[in-house]
Amino acid sequence: MIRLLAILSLLASSFAYGAELSAVQLDKSSIAFVSRQMNVPVEGAFKKFGAQINIDPVRPETGRARIEIDLASIDAGSTEANDEVKSKSWFNTREFPKASFVSSAVKALGGGRFEAFGKLSIKGKTLESRAPFTLKQEKGVLILDGAFPLKRLDYGIGSGVWSDTSVVADEVLVKFHFVLK
Amino acid sequence: MTAPARYTRTAISLHWLVAFLILAAFPLGLTMSDMVLSPLKLKLISYHKWLGVTVFLLVAARLAWRATHTPPPLPAAMPAWERYAAHGLHHLLYVLLFAIPLSGWLMSSAKGFQTVYLGVLPLPDLIGKDKALGDVLKEVHELLNYGMLALVIAHVGAALKHHFIDRDGILARMLPFLDKENTR
Repeated sequence: MIRLLAILSLLASSFAYGAELSAVQLDKSSIAFVSRQMNVPVEGAFKKFGAQINIDPVRPETGRARIEIDLASIDAGSTEANDEVKSKSWFNTREFPKASFVSSAVKALGGGRFEAFGKLSIKGKTLESRAPFTLKQEKGVLILDGAFPLKRLDYGIGSGVWSDTSVVADEVLVKFHFVLK
Repeated sequence: MTAPARYTRTAISLHWLVAFLILAAFPLGLTMSDMVLSPLKLKLISYHKWLGVTVFLLVAARLAWRATHTPPPLPAAMPAWERYAAHGLHHLLYVLLFAIPLSGWLMSSAKGFQTVYLGVLPLPDLIGKDKALGDVLKEVHELLNYGMLALVIAHVGAALKHHFIDRDGILARMLPFLDKENTR
């Protein structure tokens, strides 16, 4: 009985600690994307990014996040694609090395699903954006998983000849996976 | 002397269709792999893959035809070594007609680019993404193609030799209009 109480109180304290879950384990987290080239889904990812996330699984609405992506760390699927997407007509990483997402609000959608609202800045352009995600508690960590469609042309990603969406689709699915401790 | 029997209309159509598709896919492959990345390059790569899948399907149909039909006989006067050479060459051609699209498909998967036939039908990736393997398969695909080029030159050379030197009517088995001219 005492043991059970001890476990319960431990659980309770870890739950209370949950309110401060903010240490993002970057090596276990990922920001990936799927683009469609000639209707072929092509996977890519950003290898380097920073993330500050404060979220309380009990009161997710109070959550806050600031994510910064090092765009030059992109892996677009092949060496020649990696060189291409850093160029001026794509991300122009020399002039705009980072993309950021700063959330201002989180809404509960029910069923363990949430939606983060915020400002997504890429290539000098900032637009309101929303990203649905789920939260899962697992072995002392909190796993935040989500995806949202991004219209690349809204940010001028892939301009000029590349704006032909019959070759590279406008919509790119951005997928994120964050492990918080 | 009776005119040599010819292939059926199905066999003839399949043969020439495959020949023309390869004639398009081969230079397309060479051109696109030398191009710098551009929307046109992505389009050409897709067209090349669609041609390859089509060849693969048509060759499967050709094998089905072959399994259910007896090809017209070779002229009785043809020396034994020529018969062996012809059969050997034809078998090798069939092997490459399958192996080349297959190597392209595998190479594509290994490089992390799925093949979506005609932009609508995704083919399963038989192997996962593996850059090193993808580079090896690219070499394999290229080598097989140069092998095919050599075989096609031999194939066409032999056909022309039979037509213009031996004058044994073999080419008319695949080009019936030549037959009419000969019998006139």
